[in-house]
Amino acid sequence: MRWIIERLLLSLITIMGSLTLIFILIRLMPGNPIDYLISQLLYTQQMPVDAVMAYVKSYYGFLPNKPIHEQYIEYVCNMLRGDFGKSLLYLGTPVNSIIGHNLPWTLFLLSYSILISFILGISIGIFLAYKRGTKLDSAFTLGLTILNSVPSYIVALILVTVGIFTGIPYRGAYSVEPSFSLEFIANVFHHATLPMISYTLVTFSGWALAMRGSAITVLGSDYIVVAVARGLSKRRILTHYVGKTAILPLFTSLVISLGFMFGGAVFIETIFAYPGVGYFLSTAVAARDYPLIQGCFFVIVISVVLGTLLADIIYYRIDPRVRRGEI
Amino acid sequence: MKKVVITQVTRARVVTWSIREAFYEPLMIIWMNRKSRIGLLILVFYLLMASIGPYLIPYDPKGNPLEIYQPPSLKHPLGTDYMGRDVLAQIVHGARDILLIAFFAASITVLVGAAVGITSGFVGGVTDVILVNFTRLLMTIPSLPLIIVLSAFLRVADPLSIAMILSVTAWTGLALAVRAQVLALKNEEYIEAARTLGLTKFHIIFREILPNIMSYVAINFLTSMVSAIYASSGLYFLGILPFTAVNWGVMLNQAWRIGGGAALANPMYAPKTLHYILAPIMAIIGLQVGLILLTFAIDEIFNPRLRTEYIKKLESPRGKKEPQKKERDQF
Repeated sequence: MRWIIERLLLSLITIMGSLTLIFILIRLMPGNPIDYLISQLLYTQQMPVDAVMAYVKSYYGFLPNKPIHEQYIEYVCNMLRGDFGKSLLYLGTPVNSIIGHNLPWTLFLLSYSILISFILGISIGIFLAYKRGTKLDSAFTLGLTILNSVPSYIVALILVTVGIFTGIPYRGAYSVEPSFSLEFIANVFHHATLPMISYTLVTFSGWALAMRGSAITVLGSDYIVVAVARGLSKRRILTHYVGKTAILPLFTSLVISLGFMFGGAVFIETIFAYPGVGYFLSTAVAARDYPLIQGCFFVIVISVVLGTLLADIIYYRIDPRVRRGEI
Repeated sequence: MKKVVITQVTRARVVTWSIREAFYEPLMIIWMNRKSRIGLLILVFYLLMASIGPYLIPYDPKGNPLEIYQPPSLKHPLGTDYMGRDVLAQIVHGARDILLIAFFAASITVLVGAAVGITSGFVGGVTDVILVNFTRLLMTIPSLPLIIVLSAFLRVADPLSIAMILSVTAWTGLALAVRAQVLALKNEEYIEAARTLGLTKFHIIFREILPNIMSYVAINFLTSMVSAIYASSGLYFLGILPFTAVNWGVMLNQAWRIGGGAALANPMYAPKTLHYILAPIMAIIGLQVGLILLTFAIDEIFNPRLRTEYIKKLESPRGKKEPQKKERDQF
């Protein structure tokens, strides 16, 4: 129990820490965006002081002429309530409604991609573990190690070129009117094809290498030898005896990577103009839309913290050694 | 008089020995491994390109409007871009910045990571608890979004500041790993022996513990370079870092926004602009591959036990080609 409480506390501190960091960047750094905005409104647009303060309050959610600790408290309360202020780029649209619109797209694209990448990766990994020590294995391992380091934006750029030459859509998430029809769903999947392939190409090698290592450890254990001695078929041993055990440590990484999904595809979403959280984060940064930046970043941090917490809890349930406090 | 001579002789011996240890042996180990040999050659090529390349291949930022989107030719080995500037010259002149950023970022990552890890593991107690929890905290914050947000607020332009932003969370993994290693090493017999001999903490840390974690640190240095190249070019590509004169990430951005998105879709331009987007892609991938290949020799260089065995094997007359027994486990 103490272990769970410790984890909960750490998650809370992480969230508060990143909130404080953003507050420092947005309000306390020399030349911060709010000071800049105020001076601009006061001197170049000649707005009265009260109007300027109200203007800033409407975009950022706190009055900039109060004492700094009151500003901080108001800011934290707003963020925790899910009120991220208003976007500068989209002219006063509340940030949380923008995020509400783009969250499902990332959720759809990334869970789809992560699942396919995971399945492909572990199949290749277990195959390589079975072939360990052969030329095929070392060639594949080298290839996967190199593939693992190829930047995602490069893969995405190459696939955009492929899209241009083959006619597979490479911009946006859909091109027909949204409705609950089969046509719309097919269209959405068609648009998700190239982003999904680029995400898979970038990440599956990591899964494959991890699975290979995990499966090789399992293959050396005694009960596999016993299973071979019992004369079970190779296929059955690979799937039921090796696969099941070797996947366990990877399963927690899968949950963690699900938590990282919102920040995990900034480049891919931007290049394919896919309207997800990452796309809006990079657009907001390019346009210096600070309320939108802080909203996107906060959502990303929350999802990562939740993912990590969930992985910890699952690990706690699965592994009896953790429950007994041995690790 | 006699004493002075002796110290001079030993000093000379120490110098030759350390030259041998620091340069000759690592190079030999890298050279004997095919993968790391290719990696070293690639890296040397990039270093030459960054250091003497700019003097050999001049770069004309004005370009020539009569030579827009020229395909590769003898005059322009990699063709020209949308302003008629030579693509090869841009690649050569952009190499210095990216190598500097990668080197600075990796140095900061490794120094901070090793320092925090060793302090935490060696000192223990409250310091350990605070450092470990702080590291875990930073680890949970997703690094790429954090880097993007930080570079949006702090407008940085020079390689060192960019490197500092890139390594803000990168050191955490290394710190925890080094701490675990130090904790394990602390109870080894030879460390206890060193303590009983009354050797200083400085000696124990730098002469007894550090050599044992060096291979891990060195591999981390190379992989940190790889991820710094990834992140910095990506930030330039997204247009988050300010545009500089020549940079591979900026080239990617220009090729994508001006040459790629618009021109590639236009059938009039389509095949003509491909070289412009491919040049920075190949340059980045080549550098990454070189660094990754070099990691394959790190274990033999920095792990003291592996290294002595390896050198012995290389220098023994019959050791060069020891027939390896092929083992193929069928479960």
